[in-house]
Amino acid sequence: MPDDTRHASRVTRHDTLSPITHHSSRIPYFPGCALKDQARAFERSAQLAMQALGWELFELPRWNCCGTVYSLASDDLMRHLGPVRNLVRAQELGEGRLVALCAMCYNTLARSSRFVEADPERLRRINAFMDEEPDYRGGVEVVHLLQLLRDEVGYGEIEAKVARSLEGVRVAPYYGCMLLRPREVGIDDPDSPEVMEELLSSLGAEPVEFPQRAECCGAYQAVSRPEIARGRVQEIVSSARRAGAELIATSCPLCQFNLETHQNVTHHSSPIAVVYFTQLLALALGVPGDQLGFELLRLDPRPVLSKKELV
Amino acid sequence: MPEIMDRIKEANQAVTTGLDDSTIKHWVTVYIMGKGYRVPADITIMQAMEYAGYRFVRGAGCRAGFCGACATVYRTAGDWRLKTALACQTRVEDGMYLVQIPFTPAEKPTYDLEKEPPDGTTLLKYFPEVARCVACNTCTKACPQDLEMMDAIQAALRGDLEEVTELSFDCIQCGLCAMRCPAEITHYHVTQLARRLYGRTLSVPQHVLDRVAEIEAGKYEDEFQRLMSMSREELEELYRTEQREKGGLKSRDASRVTRNGQGEG
Repeated sequence: MPDDTRHASRVTRHDTLSPITHHSSRIPYFPGCALKDQARAFERSAQLAMQALGWELFELPRWNCCGTVYSLASDDLMRHLGPVRNLVRAQELGEGRLVALCAMCYNTLARSSRFVEADPERLRRINAFMDEEPDYRGGVEVVHLLQLLRDEVGYGEIEAKVARSLEGVRVAPYYGCMLLRPREVGIDDPDSPEVMEELLSSLGAEPVEFPQRAECCGAYQAVSRPEIARGRVQEIVSSARRAGAELIATSCPLCQFNLETHQNVTHHSSPIAVVYFTQLLALALGVPGDQLGFELLRLDPRPVLSKKELV
Repeated sequence: MPEIMDRIKEANQAVTTGLDDSTIKHWVTVYIMGKGYRVPADITIMQAMEYAGYRFVRGAGCRAGFCGACATVYRTAGDWRLKTALACQTRVEDGMYLVQIPFTPAEKPTYDLEKEPPDGTTLLKYFPEVARCVACNTCTKACPQDLEMMDAIQAALRGDLEEVTELSFDCIQCGLCAMRCPAEITHYHVTQLARRLYGRTLSVPQHVLDRVAEIEAGKYEDEFQRLMSMSREELEELYRTEQREKGGLKSRDASRVTRNGQGEG
């Protein structure tokens, strides 16, 4: 079929398919289900922060669930319909990029995008199944907000726009798995990431280095084997505590949930609040603290922030 | 177009009034559960099945495209796709393979609406399988109402009750989505719960509150008692008189409505 050969040439990335985003500072974002429900504070603070930086994140129209857990089976094409359909939505807008906020959504979308682009036959079969949609041609780049902040906004620009320095706040940046692994979609070096540390430093905060920052939080084991998540979280949080952290920052609603709910609180250790990095970003950029959804978190970070007179 | 309408009328006459088959000009062959029947062209699937001698005890209802009882699965000659429709709303085609779905054995949990928070957690509590949606869009393709059912399920997954309500408002609960879903979601029950939860959170408009106050104050009590004390004949006469005054029914139609008023489903 002539169609097949056309697909084959189209999905080769990095030659003819450079990003075609229309407005450099207006960019579609993929919220994901958690940000509309359990992690509203993340979406709200991200939008306010980007606004303060002069960028507009607009919600991808008609998006669906990212697919949640990336399927590792090479022939399980059904699991790629969700993510690829989202890429079609971005393509329909004529956008070459899609920003993800949730680390899990980022991971699934970015991997699925690579998966279908790596093999024209896979993409052809997925497009044939989605016969009610325009074909996905490949080439939509999935980026995480942290990448956008680092590579396009720039730490210098962020630092210049800080209205309320987070000076003296010791924050443990927690990466977990989804931002860094596998290496092909990692937004930074999986062994020694620095993007969150750099961002926190540009806000005036003091990033706390701790060895467990890229360990798994237990993820969905929290549902069926909560003791696994509990064990992981207790190691992670005590590692952050020993390093002197007052807050933990994350970009994953599932990590956030696990870290909040599985902390081991004893009489000699008070809980450490777990915030989204966008909440700290927006706060430093001058967005009033009462707009950032701190009250939606299970552990309140405001006692720490109010000690520094930030809220 | 008038010619087509005449043909439809002509074809329908055979079924509705029992005219002699010799007056039917156009015929098609359909296969009902594998067996071939020659039926007048241009009639609906439901009429064709009755013409072939089937009598519906399930799988038929309002016959007007509203009740969702007559879900049908079929194929047409030369097309590999399994198609879905309402039997009362879809005309037969030559070479159609037909089967009626009398009932969808979907799980239907019971819940106390007053006790559940109006958000996504309630939907996932009663219908956790919503999280199994892989966005294949098979439900949307199956929907005889042309609803964007996958989008509605996706909105349910993220707890957007308003969006679910908007997208699923015209659902007639035929169950075809649930029968086709690879994730075994019962879309029509999920969206119904979402609509109920959403409806509960809406503020009640003033005109409704006013009317309820009138009813409670007894404004309609006398009229109600008068109707309740009438005989069937008096009620029928009253109905005819009032309809005639409104110009809604001609006298000939009024008696027919009374006779068939029970519906056929």
